[in-house]
This record gives sequence, C-alpha cells and structure tokens, in this order.
Amino acid sequence: MSDVIRLTTPLSDEDVVKLKAGDRVLISGVIYTGRDAAHKRMIEALEKGEPLPFDVKGQVIYYVGPSPAKPGRPIGAAGPTTSYRMNPYAPKLIRLGLKGMIGKGKMSEEVREHCIKYKAVYFGAIGGCGALLSQRIKKAEVIAYEDLGPEAVRRLEVEDFPVIVVYDTHGGNLEEIGIKQYRVVE
Amino acid sequence: MRVIDLSEVTEAIAKLCIDANYNLPEDVYNALKEAIEKEKSPVGKAVLQHIIENADLAREGVAPICQDCGLAVIFMEIGQDVRFTGGNLKDAIFEGVRKGYREGYLRKSTCHPFTRANIGDNTPPVIHYDIVPGDKVRIVVAPKGGGSENMSQVVMLKPADGVEGIIETVVKRVDEAGGNPCPPIIVGVGVGGTFERSAFLAKKALLRPVGKPNPDVEIARIEQEILERVNKLGIGPMGWGGTVTALAVHFEMEPVHIASLPCAININCHVARHKEIIL
Repeated sequence: MSDVIRLTTPLSDEDVVKLKAGDRVLISGVIYTGRDAAHKRMIEALEKGEPLPFDVKGQVIYYVGPSPAKPGRPIGAAGPTTSYRMNPYAPKLIRLGLKGMIGKGKMSEEVREHCIKYKAVYFGAIGGCGALLSQRIKKAEVIAYEDLGPEAVRRLEVEDFPVIVVYDTHGGNLEEIGIKQYRVVE
Repeated sequence: MRVIDLSEVTEAIAKLCIDANYNLPEDVYNALKEAIEKEKSPVGKAVLQHIIENADLAREGVAPICQDCGLAVIFMEIGQDVRFTGGNLKDAIFEGVRKGYREGYLRKSTCHPFTRANIGDNTPPVIHYDIVPGDKVRIVVAPKGGGSENMSQVVMLKPADGVEGIIETVVKRVDEAGGNPCPPIIVGVGVGGTFERSAFLAKKALLRPVGKPNPDVEIARIEQEILERVNKLGIGPMGWGGTVTALAVHFEMEPVHIASLPCAININCHVARHKEIIL
C-alpha cells in the first residue's frame, strides 16, 4: 500500500492529477453531501437556470444520507451510499468544476471518462462503517432541501476523512486493478 | 390459551430495532475477524480491520453500525395457542418500529416510490407471519440495507438448467454486483415453490448464523461450491480486490412446480443484522 496523501478542500487540478488509483487519501476541510433526491433537484435547478445550493467548483460531494445525530454529536452514522445511482447526474457537475465524489461501488464509463477529461477523482470510502467515519466529521449543517430529511444537502467539516482513489484522472481504476490481481481464472 | 398484551410486542420490537442496529451479531463479528486472516490483499485486510473497529464503536453507542438502518424486516412466529390483547397486532408492530427508530436515532429510510417523499417513521415494515404449534411468540428483526437489496434478483430458470444453472446464476449475479453491495457479503439463495416463495426462502436463508451449513449434506455441498467460486472472483472487501468476497452462502430449498426452477438470490452486506426474542 502507498503512503497516505493529505488533501485540503477545495481541490485544484494540481491536487487531483497527482493522485493514482489505489492511493489512500485523508481529506480535510469542507465537503458537501448529496444523494439521489438532492442530485435530482440540483440538476433541475441548473436546467431552470437557478443557482445550486453551493458552487461545485473545486468541491467534493460525499454520497451519504446520515442517520440522526445523537445529542452532543455533530452527526450520526455517515458512511457512503452506492454511487451508480448518481451516474445520471455526476457528469454535469464534473463539467461545472466538481473535483471529487466520495461513494462506494462502481460508476459508469461516462463518469470515468469525465474524470479524465475534466480532471476529477472518484474516491471510495468504506461502506458499512458509518460509526467510524462519523468520528472524522467535526461539524454538519443542512444548507438546502431540508424537507428531504436524510437526503438534504449538508455542509460537512471533516478532518482526515479516510478515502481511497478508485478512478483517477489518468484512466486508472482501482476496481479493475484490484480484481484482476486476485481473480482466479480456471 | 396464553394471553400476551400487545404492549409487550411493541416494546420488544423497539428494543430489537435498536439492538440490531448497534450490536453486530457475534456470528457475523467472528466471521469478519476470521476473514482478516484469510484475506490476501493488504487493502482488503485494512478494510476488514476498519469494519471490526466500526462494529466496536457502534457497540459503545457512538452511532449505528451503518447510516442505512434498513427497512425493518420482521419475522413473526406465533404459537397457535397465543391470544393477543390490547389492540391489534399489526398496529403494535408498526408502533414498535416507530419507537425503535425514533428513540435509537436510527435513519428512517422508507419513502413514496414516485415522489420519494420520506414517510418519516420508517413504516411500513415488511412483516412475515407464520403460525406454529405452542404458546410462544418468536420475533426476529432483520433491518435490511438498500445497497445490498438492490443487487438481489429472482430468475425463473428452466428445469433443464439444474443445479449447475443455479450455481452459474448465483456466481454471475455476485460478479455483476461487484463492490456495490458492500462485500464481504452473505449470499442467500432460495429455490422453491413459486416466484415469491423462492424470494422469501432467500431472505430467510440470511437469518441463519453465518457459515452454518444447511443440514442437508447435498445442499451444504452446493453452498460450499458456490462460496469457493464466488471467492475466486477477486472482488474482495468493498470491491477493491481480494480473496474474501463472501463470508458465506446459505441455500434454502423446497419442492417446486414440475414446470419451474425459480432461483432467488438475496445479497446481504457485511452489516448482516438480525436479532430475536421469544415472548
């Protein structure tokens, strides 16, 4: 395994081009949450020419719908949701300057190609580790679509949030590399 | 007749919802610990170690194991000599889910299929009733996450496809699912009766303690064969490559129609929650 790379948001092209599939990264700074319902509304807003809840340029969106915060804590469990459901929305946001997505599982070829063309990275976080990942979130605030409950857009302040690079800006894909290495073909 | 007040059912279900979401069952925890030893990929090993660390934190009450606290799937085995008082059973079960998800700070994940508006209290649960001999009530609560449920499938195979067809179908499904269902997974396979019966059997298979083989030696052999083939796919923990893609394959089988071979595959993530109580 490679050494851990520390990044602070917002991310620049220089930050993301140095990343390679399989690199372990610790993200600090502000990231934003969004799942299916929030993405649908954001894309609808763009189509109507309305502003987004936040400027996606240089930002990272975390695909998560957290559980309610217990008293005294900023957030409840907050692990990644499956990313392929954001395939219809992610390319448009990448074209607007989004630099990173955090989720789990595969995304589409179109998303991979956008990562190369527009210099963005798809990070993976460990699914089913909501309690552990919540420890790295220091502050959480709903900034849009409050009626969506767990699916509302939140602004998170994170410290050393652990992710791994799945799709890099050079066409590298951790899933392909990893699975090929351990697949037994008979 | 034994009389059970429904408030007891409500309380029991509320407690089980919370318990299931904070305390990973021992069988799953132990299987994951064993998986650390078996996993050959360093990335995979690290993922498994994080999963164990996460389970320990959840048990301390920091937060639920996973933010997807599941759709509440409830199995009710009701002794035929039991009579309930104090309302109606369905309402009591719903109230137990509401109370558990509210008081446990659990995520409410049910919504309208089209508008996607959240129902707000995680109802309705999915309830499977069974009437059995005796005067006890066994309640199993198995919260089921959406990510792994989405990777599940029912295939109506032809009788000519046979055992080999079933094995191929299951392995192919797991391969296509890749990292989406949060591997290492538990694969429930149900073959029997009709379309919906096979799906029910696949779900029920997930309740078995992890890795406990089917008592029928021939079915146990098939479980083992599927497990070996699945773990050769290389998917590994979170789909980032490795040798432990599944912790176990559980196969439940019943007779089918002479024209049919329904095969259901219900995939569970590594947060394989199930808690039970006998009233």
